[in-house]
Amino acid sequence: MPVAHRAPTPETPPRPRPDGSRAGAATSPWRHRLDRKVSPYAYVAPFFLLFAAFGLFPLIYTAWVSLHDWNLLSSANPFIGLDNYRELFADGYFWNAAFNTLSIGVLSAAPQLVLALVLAHLLNRPLRAQTLFRITLLLPNVTSVVAVVVIFSQLFGRDFGLVNAFLDLVGIDRVYWQAHVASSHVAIATMIMWRWTGYNALIYLAAMQAVPREIYEAATIDGASAARQLWGITIPMIRPTIIFTVIVTTIGSMQIIAEPLLFGAQVSNGASTTGGTDRQFQTLALYLYEKGFRSFEFGYASAAAWVMFLLVVVVVGFNYLVVRRMRGGLDV
Amino acid sequence: MSSGWFRRNPLTYLTLLAVAFFSAFPVYWSVIVASHDNAAMAEMPPPLLPGGNFVANVSRVFDTTPFALALVNSFVVAGTITVSVTFFSTLAGFAFAKLRFRGRNALLLLTVVTMMVPTQLGIIPLYMLMIKLEWTGKLYAVIVPALVNAFGVFFMTQYLSRALPTELLEAGRIDGCGTWRLFRHVVVPAARPAAAVLGMLTFMTAWNDYFWPLVVLTPDDPTVQVALSQLASGYVRDFTLGLTGTAVATLPLVLVFVLLGKQIIGGIMQGAVKG
Repeated sequence: MPVAHRAPTPETPPRPRPDGSRAGAATSPWRHRLDRKVSPYAYVAPFFLLFAAFGLFPLIYTAWVSLHDWNLLSSANPFIGLDNYRELFADGYFWNAAFNTLSIGVLSAAPQLVLALVLAHLLNRPLRAQTLFRITLLLPNVTSVVAVVVIFSQLFGRDFGLVNAFLDLVGIDRVYWQAHVASSHVAIATMIMWRWTGYNALIYLAAMQAVPREIYEAATIDGASAARQLWGITIPMIRPTIIFTVIVTTIGSMQIIAEPLLFGAQVSNGASTTGGTDRQFQTLALYLYEKGFRSFEFGYASAAAWVMFLLVVVVVGFNYLVVRRMRGGLDV
Repeated sequence: MSSGWFRRNPLTYLTLLAVAFFSAFPVYWSVIVASHDNAAMAEMPPPLLPGGNFVANVSRVFDTTPFALALVNSFVVAGTITVSVTFFSTLAGFAFAKLRFRGRNALLLLTVVTMMVPTQLGIIPLYMLMIKLEWTGKLYAVIVPALVNAFGVFFMTQYLSRALPTELLEAGRIDGCGTWRLFRHVVVPAARPAAAVLGMLTFMTAWNDYFWPLVVLTPDDPTVQVALSQLASGYVRDFTLGLTGTAVATLPLVLVFVLLGKQIIGGIMQGAVKG
């Protein structure tokens, strides 16, 4: 690399600029060399410095804090080894939150990505009103989490909600969505799905458009149905993108917090960090928030964060392996 | 005759129309609720067309929470972050795409990896850091950590390595331009289309950010999303109030999005990465 870039750029003598001023700094030979050596680093430095200070450092420091009895108000923060972790693993609420996180994660991510794939497949052909469809698909992604939860909490409202009104209409019993484990998980998963399906569909569509047309044409001539083309051609061809979305969606769903926080705030005032009266929809991130910012047990909450981090790595790794092994394809 | 295009793929169109309906309906519904009073919303069946109560509801929103202040705060926060992210991403993207330096590939890889790091899990030390800096309750606390992000750098690197002709840079070099002059006079003009898309995406993300502002700001000096969440979780079940706030906070963004949607979608599909 360095050899290649020495050769070009002959040292040009300083030329007067059109406006008559002397072209200064950059053209004198040693300054010129300095400029070329240092500038690239100076240009990427702001990103790395700020990320190190406000992204990486806090994440790593979490591990250190988790080994202490660290409270917002206490003046001494004694080292207590792994006690926080022991306490955490013995806490039933932590495992409850872990279960809720996985349950909501599966309920929202799996149908979301499958639906996104189907939608992208439908959009990946000459259609009228392409742009209009795409804009409407992405509309949910423009609305904020808060707006989504406020709107859906109204729709899922017990007494005046549109969903229950509809259930009434078709003769099914009304559901008190916040009150039960399964129904609250379905409601929260619906909000997440609504917000992210269109986004993922567009990502898939972008990948699909890079697949050569001729392959589909050949398959059509061979009489392969649309469904078979999706399974046999599209999915294998865009597998890297699928793996990518699975990873990103998994990371996102392990950190779900705003939805349960606000969904709970609709029914129980002041106690919203518990995710329902019986913690039926408290996620891990919400558990962390409760410990860290309601009771201000920084050490304990950091232990929870660090375990969550390991859990994210494990679940992402697991999903990665599953998706990589999933063999669609016509067996070429 | 004119419906031939529909008849060729009826199932496709019906599916897409249904999905479009479900995508748009909740936003439409917030407008319905925001333009009625609570009594009207309690009726069965509920109204399905906008009513005439919007202005009254809006003034109630502004009376209940510091909503005007929240709007100003959100503009300051999202505006600053947008300018900064766009600038630093273009700068770093230029270096990664067109400058040669030792460790470039490793650093670019590192940038991509950082997109995957769940930084939300470092929230406790980040909050402790804000206490140390005495930034809690101040807008800096929301702005500074968001001044750069990996997605922006990656996005601009992708764009500039495609769209910026290397010959143009070489010509500038021969004319004696330093790297900074090249950046200002060659790179910035070429980067404009992508920078605009990145700017819009960044503004939306910053405007919609909720969790960190909730943690670090105070209820009397909030951003829009924090004010909104207060509005929607009061002691009285006042859905009209909550959804009016939602409409006020969301509709400007939706409007901009519908007007510029084509470019934004193009940008997302090019970047193909969650922001």
